[in-house]
Amino acid sequence: MLIEFLLGITVASALLVFMAPDRIAGKLAAGLSLLPLGTTAVMWSGFDASGNALRGGDIAFESRFEWFDLGSYALQWHVGVDGVSFPLVALTTVLTTLAIFSSWTPIDERQSQFYGLMLLVEAALLGVFVGLDFFLWFVFWEAVLIPMYFLIAIWGGPRREYAAMKFIIYTNLASLLMFVGVFLLVFALGDTLATLSLVDISAAIQNGGLGELGGFDPEVIKVAAFVLLFLGFAVKVPVVPFHTWLPDAHVEAPSPVSVVLAGVLLKMGTYALLRFNFTMLDDVLTNGWNAEILMFVGLVSVIYGAMLALAQRDLKRIVAYSSISSMGYVIIGLTALTAHGVGGATFQMVSHGLISGLMFMAVGVFYNATHTRMVGDMSGLADRMPWTAGIFVAGAFGYMGLPLMSGFAGEVLVFIGSFHTSLVEGAPIFTALAMFGIVIVAGYLLWAMQRTLFGPFELETDYEIGRAPLQDLASLAVLLGLVIALGVNPDFIYGAIQDAVEPLVRAGTGGDALSVLLGGGR
Amino acid sequence: MAEIATLPEWAALAPALTFAAAAFLLLLADAVSPEEGNPVLLAGLSLSGALVSLAFTVWYIVAGTGQPGEGDPSSAGAIDLFDGTLVVDGMSLFFSAIIASVVVLVVLASYDYLHDHPYQAEYYSLVLLAATGMTTVTAANSFVTAFIAIELVSLPSYALVASLKHNRGSVEAGLKYFLIGALSSAIFAYGISLVYVTAGSLQFDAVTSVVEGGELGGIFGLGVLMILGGISFKIAAVPFHFWAPEAYEGAPAPISAFISSASKAAGFVLLFRVFVGVFTWEFVEPTIDWVVAIQVLAIVTMTVANFAALKQEKVKRMLAYSSVGHAGYVLIALAGLTAGADHAFVLGSGMTHLLVYGFMNTGAFLYVALAEYWGVGRRIEDYNGLGAQAPFASAAMTVFLFSLAGLPIGGGFLSKYYLLLASIEGEVALLAIALILNSVVSLYYYTRVLWAIWAENPSADLEIEQYPTGLYTAIALAALVTVLLLPAFGPVADLANTAAEMLV
Repeated sequence: MLIEFLLGITVASALLVFMAPDRIAGKLAAGLSLLPLGTTAVMWSGFDASGNALRGGDIAFESRFEWFDLGSYALQWHVGVDGVSFPLVALTTVLTTLAIFSSWTPIDERQSQFYGLMLLVEAALLGVFVGLDFFLWFVFWEAVLIPMYFLIAIWGGPRREYAAMKFIIYTNLASLLMFVGVFLLVFALGDTLATLSLVDISAAIQNGGLGELGGFDPEVIKVAAFVLLFLGFAVKVPVVPFHTWLPDAHVEAPSPVSVVLAGVLLKMGTYALLRFNFTMLDDVLTNGWNAEILMFVGLVSVIYGAMLALAQRDLKRIVAYSSISSMGYVIIGLTALTAHGVGGATFQMVSHGLISGLMFMAVGVFYNATHTRMVGDMSGLADRMPWTAGIFVAGAFGYMGLPLMSGFAGEVLVFIGSFHTSLVEGAPIFTALAMFGIVIVAGYLLWAMQRTLFGPFELETDYEIGRAPLQDLASLAVLLGLVIALGVNPDFIYGAIQDAVEPLVRAGTGGDALSVLLGGGR
Repeated sequence: MAEIATLPEWAALAPALTFAAAAFLLLLADAVSPEEGNPVLLAGLSLSGALVSLAFTVWYIVAGTGQPGEGDPSSAGAIDLFDGTLVVDGMSLFFSAIIASVVVLVVLASYDYLHDHPYQAEYYSLVLLAATGMTTVTAANSFVTAFIAIELVSLPSYALVASLKHNRGSVEAGLKYFLIGALSSAIFAYGISLVYVTAGSLQFDAVTSVVEGGELGGIFGLGVLMILGGISFKIAAVPFHFWAPEAYEGAPAPISAFISSASKAAGFVLLFRVFVGVFTWEFVEPTIDWVVAIQVLAIVTMTVANFAALKQEKVKRMLAYSSVGHAGYVLIALAGLTAGADHAFVLGSGMTHLLVYGFMNTGAFLYVALAEYWGVGRRIEDYNGLGAQAPFASAAMTVFLFSLAGLPIGGGFLSKYYLLLASIEGEVALLAIALILNSVVSLYYYTRVLWAIWAENPSADLEIEQYPTGLYTAIALAALVTVLLLPAFGPVADLANTAAEMLV
């Protein structure tokens, strides 16, 4: 019942904050957001899952009730976590709390609504990661859109109407495609499926329960469902060329919202890809050139995303586009379907959540002080804001994959996993090209830092620059601490992740020989 | 079951009879004291009438009246009345519940809306008479009763739309509604006569046995099409929708809510009964394949309506087109009835959506009523900043609009996906695609209104002083039910499926 408590306490906190007066809303929300965070900590200590939830593993904190019947399918309240979803649950609670602290400075109107919506987003995101019944999961999946829309639309920048509308319409269309994809499978499974629990759907597909649908062969249905699901999730991730909503949403959203958007919301897409495409429909990868095509899609995201970032002059846009690049690594790792490929991709989700959260938060702190984000408008900020600048530099190095930072562990694991996979023809070449993405990342981040942070102090606005507020520095420091902690000891979460991705690894995909190198939890 | 058995059979019609009785009581009250009309008494009388009718309906549903019972087979099943011209079964009770709920909300809201309006007794009694007609339509089991009941719905509706006598828009809308309505009644009646030529009877059961018997001529096919056209007018399906935007926009907002929710439900129950129960597809198909006709109708309706709604600058008109679009969605419940599909499942999707729609659409129109009450303008930008002035009602409006758009904030989410499932179940890919694209389009225009309400700054002169209790109660009730229908969707879907099971 701990998960029900987690969701309930988050929703209740949101409602309480909605009713609170503006002047205390920020403090109240920050205090209340410690409750889900604390609950996650309690869950951490009692975490006893083993194996993958969708492959017959033991699910932690599982609970399952009848919700209602629709036709011949039983819809259920089915929640639980395993080694894949729990790190993301923890990430969500940590980032939301820190994002709320970092909202104290920039958010100065309609505060109770803002903080209430932030907590609602948190609740919906948590629901996505704990939901194990398809319909229940889908309710949370779509529910994320509502508070997120208002957060961008009300507190966003000048083009917020366009950005918020694009965000909600784009992602809603994607959800509908994905829904059809899932129900192609469900209808093709026919009588072999009694509930819509993801566990049961996955098991039924693995047992070869797929039948004909509308005169199409099961194999065709599988591919069609894979494509629909991939399209649906690719928008969320986002994968090039479905990424165009992301820079708009990020740039217009206030920084604390960007933190949640980049840190957690994008992970919904990769998490769902892992759960559906790469767990239920992994057979599709073995056919024809499918794996190569996916690898290529991931590679394009890595390289093209990085090159887009290279072309930006707005700090926030730079960070936003580099998220696209980082998510490309996740696609590459998942496609490899090796222990470290999938494990590294999952690790990268958490790591990128922390690092991009840190970067967006730091950009937000600069913006609060300078009221500009353009690289050309400022220089020598390190002079006036040494602490923030220092943390920003550290975060940027994390992005570039400096050893002993979590970004290094995530990317190296992905590369090890993808280098040897036998699923993909020419995997070493793909991997080598993907590594090149890091060079570009280093290029634009170093350039941006040099222009904005170092050199003589100069600023083309009229604002007085002082030290950043304590709560912002503290939030940044906590994130940096987590990034370093995960970099020094990836096993902190990688053990649980490995345990959960193990059942997904296809026999003979290879690539596990190097696991010794990292001493992962195997 | 036991207490029901002691009631006479005609008591099964209590929901309709209550409405009629309340309407006459209202006229009586007005006749006693015509001069100083007492709004509280009038609204109270109508509200109690609607509530009693709703209570009867819910009681019957819970007690299992007209449902296939487990016990004594002779008492189980649909109750035939007046030589089978009326029938009370799961379907009729399900729709009576929708209609009675909408009437409760509309009457509650009208109390404030009509605060200094003359002829209140007439207004309320017309609403109740129309409700009587609608409740009778749900039970109609013969073309004669169906036609009469439909006319009993239409005639008061024309007058109600035009009831703002000093508003040119209202009168014009009423006239337009009346003219097109008269035409469609004629088409409907002519269609009935053509079917009668072939079948030799107007009773649904008798026509069914003729249909199952064999050779049906082209005349019969033409009759089926004309009946479809006549009913399409009531549900405002394209191309019989031209009256809807005008009528909804000109009418007092509670009446727009009433017609777009309850009247539409009444049209649909007739459509379901006639096409699923009487013109059984497998027998009629060689003469006229109405499933294909309805597939075309559904796709055209949702597409035309949603794209038209996209361009509207006035909120009420936008909601009118949205309501036409939803008629297109509900038509999936018939369009998906292909040979291989589970018919009860498909039909149930439309019924469930109509129930959820009854609350969320009524709620949305009542918010417009609230805005009209405050004297806020009609255009979307006139709603700017209403969220700051009336956060509670605006939060409810958010529930209504996002639920209409199919986001998980209310039952509209589940019912829309149920419809999508029905279209996949029927294996009509085009319908599923049309539903998906239209649903995304609709998200745009619903969101635009919410953008204005929440994210825009209020115009300077917007000052709201009064928060009318009746309207607020109605909006709160509608929002509450809409939200509750998300977790409690199961019993409703069950009820719809059981009722559909009896018909197919």
